[in-house]
Amino acid sequence: MKISASDNMLKRFRHEFIILAIIVALSIIIGSINSQFYSIGNIYSLLKSTVIMGLFALGSFLVLVSGDIDISFTAIGAFCMYVTSKLVLLIIPGAGIVVIMLVAGLIGILLGFINAVFISLLKMPGLIVTLGTGSMIRGFLLTFIGVRIINKLPDSMIAFSKITFLHKAQANGHIVGLSIGFVVFIAFAILIYLILKYTVTGRAVYALGGDRVATARVGFNITKVQFFIYGTVGFLSGLAGVTHSSFMRNGNPFDLVGTELSVIAAVVLGGTSITGGKGSVFGAVLGVFLLVLINNSLIMVGIPSYWQRAVVGIIILLSTGSVALQERRSQGV
Amino acid sequence: MKNWFKNIDSNLIRLLFITVIVFAIMAALVPSKFLTMRNIESMSFQFPELGLLSIAIMITMLTGGIDLSVVGIANLSGIFMALIFTKAIPQGTSGFPMFLYIIVGIIIGVSTGAFAGYLNGLLIAKVGITPILATLGTMQLFTGIAVVITKGFAISGFPEAFLIIGNSKILFVSFPLFIFILTTAGISILLSKTSLGINLYLIGTNEKAAVFSGIRKARVLIKSYMLSGILGGITGVIMIARTNSAKADYGSSYVLQAILVSVLGGVNPAGGFGKVIGVVIAVLALQFLSSGFSMLRFSNFAKEFIWGAFLLFIMVLNFIQNRRAAKNIVKKED
Repeated sequence: MKISASDNMLKRFRHEFIILAIIVALSIIIGSINSQFYSIGNIYSLLKSTVIMGLFALGSFLVLVSGDIDISFTAIGAFCMYVTSKLVLLIIPGAGIVVIMLVAGLIGILLGFINAVFISLLKMPGLIVTLGTGSMIRGFLLTFIGVRIINKLPDSMIAFSKITFLHKAQANGHIVGLSIGFVVFIAFAILIYLILKYTVTGRAVYALGGDRVATARVGFNITKVQFFIYGTVGFLSGLAGVTHSSFMRNGNPFDLVGTELSVIAAVVLGGTSITGGKGSVFGAVLGVFLLVLINNSLIMVGIPSYWQRAVVGIIILLSTGSVALQERRSQGV
Repeated sequence: MKNWFKNIDSNLIRLLFITVIVFAIMAALVPSKFLTMRNIESMSFQFPELGLLSIAIMITMLTGGIDLSVVGIANLSGIFMALIFTKAIPQGTSGFPMFLYIIVGIIIGVSTGAFAGYLNGLLIAKVGITPILATLGTMQLFTGIAVVITKGFAISGFPEAFLIIGNSKILFVSFPLFIFILTTAGISILLSKTSLGINLYLIGTNEKAAVFSGIRKARVLIKSYMLSGILGGITGVIMIARTNSAKADYGSSYVLQAILVSVLGGVNPAGGFGKVIGVVIAVLALQFLSSGFSMLRFSNFAKEFIWGAFLLFIMVLNFIQNRRAAKNIVKKED
């Protein structure tokens, strides 16, 4: 903990540099084995694949930096996606995508606040609380709201998945574009970065993860900060849910849940310390890129897809292990 | 300190009380099904798996850690055993040689668990990775290796003699329950009577003080994860013997359920507190709830909802109780 600010910065950059280097090295290796990898179509599709995990990861990142852990966000995402789709179809089938996203985000905020009540007011550990709320939310969704896949989504959600730009012609003549979802992801990443860096609440998120008691002594309102964190997680999960069903062109209430540990793994790959106080948005985004790259490119280089889990496991261990060893060395243990 | 233990005990008594109420309610709601020998018997085949996994997680929680990989360990052990049972045993083996093959298979399965746990312990104690991350990684790795070995398919068709472990009874007690009782008794003695057990609690209560008082933290941690891995291996034996098949991703929802059970049972995830008996009561409570709701034709999703609610309910009750106790201490001190 006794690391000066400049040392700390250097270290943080070092980790991001390592992740970036791994991404570049992997890309070169994959590309040299299969040149299809460099095709603009593949790159666009990889970027699109980062969107859902990325939105979830931004929320997870906030929680981890604050020194806690949340595993209910995928259940929140599925809940928001399904309930919003049903509501919109029932009441305002012609609603625009922005309205739909806001409704989903709002439901997400409310669910996030439930987590915040337990974690902040009752001072219970996030892992336990979100284990409880996560299974309640999913159980409620599948018991009381529905298990049927919605095949006909609101038009604006389908239209959203078709919005692309930066159009390029592929070698085979097909014109491909980058999904707008990627822009949404990056825009929120920048927004979270700005909030963390320039607002008092944002600084408090880091402070809370570094030293809770000191944060309270300095005069931060910890309850308010935690409501901000879990509300934001809920909002981002809502967005992720709607975006997911828009990409899939259907609303499946069974989707998303089960991916939470990979999302956390991605954030941690990006250098966020699970004990709180350390980590950067840029790192988290890189972590998502790396995990998506591995998940989607094994097949391209001829590694059967059943190797995926083992490879992901090894990469998590190598990455977290190298960071842990580095920290030990710098602390002279 | 004394008051803490008093609280833990009152939490335990409350949990026991709630468990009895759950049992009574279920018995009252569906007496024709719930109170039958058949149901009680079938419950005694079902809960030992989750019970053993929960105790495995409890042991790691005592030191302030966690073992997310324990179900992965159980499956990997199961698959190694399955390979021996389906590939190594020559056709027509029976009698004593068969018995030996089965013993060897089980030893290999449980050793796989011990070795996997040792790897977890090394990563946590020597490399210094946080337990959640280390075991998140090894969970992927162990399950991943299992998937690679089986290419995602199930291995089935084990010797009849082996299936006895999962499907028969010894003197009215189901074989899995028999293993469960023996194992929990062993772990209980180990935790309360041996220096390893006491050191585990000390590390979870105050790590620095434990280290300064001469406890070799790394060693104790490695042993605790090995113990968790061994329990995972034993669970693997029961799992494949009961279902007559081994699959890479069997029971993946067990991880969160096992955490739920240990926390319900009064184990403090931050370390230092928790008793085997609490976890045993908690797993029984969940089994009663689960069987009862099945008979009431509740869907699995409704159960998921109720489990989550149950966990939060117990946590809030404990919170209120502990706060009241804390207030009383303050008053007395005034």
